[in-house]
Amino acid sequence: MLERSPLSAAARQADTQGPAEPVAWPRERWLPWVTTPLLVAALIGAWHVYVVAAKVSPFILPSPGSVWTAWVEMLWSPRAWVHVRMTVYATLLGFAWALVIGVGLGVLIGRLRWLEVTLNPFIVATQVIPKVALVPLFVVWFGFGITSKVIVAAVLAFFPILTNTVLGVKSIDAGHRDVVTSLNASRWQIFRRLELPSALPYILTGMEVGIVLAIIGAIVGEYLGGSTGLGALMIAKMNAYETDALFAVILHMTLLGFLFYFAIGALRRLLIPWHQSASR
Amino acid sequence: MSSAGPEAHGAGAIRPAIAMRALEKWYGTRDAPVHALSPTDLDIPEGELLVLLGPSGCGKTTMLRMIGGLIEPTAGELTIEGAPLWRGGARQNQALGQLGMVFQDANLFPWLTIEDNIALPLEFKGVGRAERMAKAAELTKLVGIAGFEKRWPKELSGGMRQRAAIARALSYDPEILLMDEPFGALDAMTRDAMNLELQRIWLATRKTIVLVTHSIGEAVFLADRIVMLSPRPGRIDTIVEVDLPRPRSPDTQGLPAFQALVKRLRDRLAVIS
Repeated sequence: MLERSPLSAAARQADTQGPAEPVAWPRERWLPWVTTPLLVAALIGAWHVYVVAAKVSPFILPSPGSVWTAWVEMLWSPRAWVHVRMTVYATLLGFAWALVIGVGLGVLIGRLRWLEVTLNPFIVATQVIPKVALVPLFVVWFGFGITSKVIVAAVLAFFPILTNTVLGVKSIDAGHRDVVTSLNASRWQIFRRLELPSALPYILTGMEVGIVLAIIGAIVGEYLGGSTGLGALMIAKMNAYETDALFAVILHMTLLGFLFYFAIGALRRLLIPWHQSASR
Repeated sequence: MSSAGPEAHGAGAIRPAIAMRALEKWYGTRDAPVHALSPTDLDIPEGELLVLLGPSGCGKTTMLRMIGGLIEPTAGELTIEGAPLWRGGARQNQALGQLGMVFQDANLFPWLTIEDNIALPLEFKGVGRAERMAKAAELTKLVGIAGFEKRWPKELSGGMRQRAAIARALSYDPEILLMDEPFGALDAMTRDAMNLELQRIWLATRKTIVLVTHSIGEAVFLADRIVMLSPRPGRIDTIVEVDLPRPRSPDTQGLPAFQALVKRLRDRLAVIS
């Protein structure tokens, strides 16, 4: 469109050095891929040696081999999958409620100072209550069915999502605000292009914490109420002294936790590829 | 958009790009008011590169942000290309559409690519995607960052980000560019380079530019006219015409006229701050 003056070429040199290219495969990246399997193998080896050498009763601590057998057995048992489905369902439904209410309320609190001042004592109070202690109450109120588990999962996941959303909405850059103000953007345009993307990294952090708490909530709910779900299965195995199966259930729960956690991580890379948290 | 074309340049009683009449700003509470800008009259003609210079607290940024519609004046009149900026406490679109702002930080949105950042004002105005991207490509060439359209802001250096911010302010072709210490956050070498670049862009586009700085050298290097403000209360202290030939180059800074002007302004600044 315009002729570039010779000056600009020289001028450009002074400020076009971008950030340095990172090394393609630094040690921090590959090291855990080596150390993690080694450490896990060492741990299982030590466990096995201890069980054999000290002749530990399988009711107290089963050998890694028998835990593996019990776990594979669980994988092939349709009954076990019913429990898994139940726990997944309670976790996700509770998490969804926490997400909707947490983000919605969080955006309002972040925007409206008077609402924040009004609700703050209650938010702090409900944060410091050991929420797990409320589980028996939920069982009394909502019965032994799925509802009480969903509510426990939702209550636990709600707070990190709420507090992170509030933080996200409040930490919108003043300079970014100036830009949309000087451009006379509409309320919706500001929300769509500034407020939502600004808050998203915070909301995702809240979701990352929230999803793990939702699993805990669902499982604790299942401990106390009803006969389905991984929590209920654990109680059954405990009462039957099937310690190897108990370990297998714990393994299931752990894998479930990993699965959800990585799902949020994938969501992070999908939604906010521009943010540094997405490239870790 | 504006009725005053380039042929009106330099003529006698033509309409200025920006006109301030008794423009005034008070900050703070009833008990502790701060007079940020005492009643000020100033006309800025079409196509001028005007620099607001002064120590901190002199009201130069307040004046610029009032012109840009980010701060509402306490009293007085402010017209942009003949149209009032404020009416009944509301900003008027006609005047606002003539203004493009560049801030000390580039303030690019990190979640948008460079081209989407540059074209964001057009998106707000409802321009279609194809047209937006064409305009963004044209502007990246103008500001010297062609080839970086698809990058994220974090992948660019500070100077390049500021170039993108200038392109964004130019995207909807406003008549006036308002710049609040645009190179203040850059290192000295990049800053000199950007001053040259700004001159080139200005000579190519012939926009009216109002630029705030506290660097005397930058002011003399860039300006057609320097308005020096003094603090407590903020007011215009001195207005200086800069008659150095254009295009100015790094050699301009060696001219006796350049250095004399710098000395004069420095001496005055020492008195008022």
